[in-house]
Amino acid sequence: MAIPMKMRAGNGDIRVLISHPSENGLRKDAGGKLVPAHFIKSVTITVNGKVVLDGQTSGGVSRDPYLALKVKGMKPGDRIKASVEDSKGEQGSIEQTVA
Amino acid sequence: MNTIRRKLLKGSSGLGVLSVAVAAGLLKPTQVLAAWNEAGFGARTLPEALSAIGAGSAAASRELTIKTPEIAENGAVVPVDVITSLPDVESIAIFGEKNTFPLVGHYRLADFDGLLATRIKMGGTSNVRVVIKAGGKLYSASREVKVTVGGCGG
Repeated sequence: MAIPMKMRAGNGDIRVLISHPSENGLRKDAGGKLVPAHFIKSVTITVNGKVVLDGQTSGGVSRDPYLALKVKGMKPGDRIKASVEDSKGEQGSIEQTVA
Repeated sequence: MNTIRRKLLKGSSGLGVLSVAVAAGLLKPTQVLAAWNEAGFGARTLPEALSAIGAGSAAASRELTIKTPEIAENGAVVPVDVITSLPDVESIAIFGEKNTFPLVGHYRLADFDGLLATRIKMGGTSNVRVVIKAGGKLYSASREVKVTVGGCGG
């Protein structure tokens, strides 16, 4: 199943919200058993195909990871794409045209 | 792009195939994602994590600001804003200094306009440290966050 994502892009900034448990492998569940690690490993954001962010992350990012950044020169009509991949190889992506 | 990368990584001679793909113009070098930094994310101390991303000797900079809450009641969700007026930012790394695994995120950037924001987990009261590479130089700043309930589960 694709990793669900939301994105807002405009006024020079891009905001991405990823629905993901972001388990770091250190947390114990109610029964006292360690919850296995399961987290977003890579995030890529492109503007008209150019990579503006190529990120690597760990389970140290909060549940439902949020990432926002300001990018120079963004203008209406620009095509923004964000893609993620997690530690199980599951992927997600979302695209938006700047209004 | 990720599909291509996965196929390449699964190939019997990953690196060889990758460089051939670059040479053949199938992949622009800027689109080739580096492998996940096992050493950096697996490091259990800040100095180890810093050296694993090549940031052992960063200079303190007043042009780099970290915005966080002073007190985080829930260490599982600590908002971190990295704000800088430094030109030509190439990368940003974020650390929770006393986390079991300090390195939280390492982002390579282009056309960066001075703000990156995310939310991180913190195991207890400690510094959030940020290292920026800009114009080929390393800059560093830190800010203490008092954590009421730790959010790493360790």
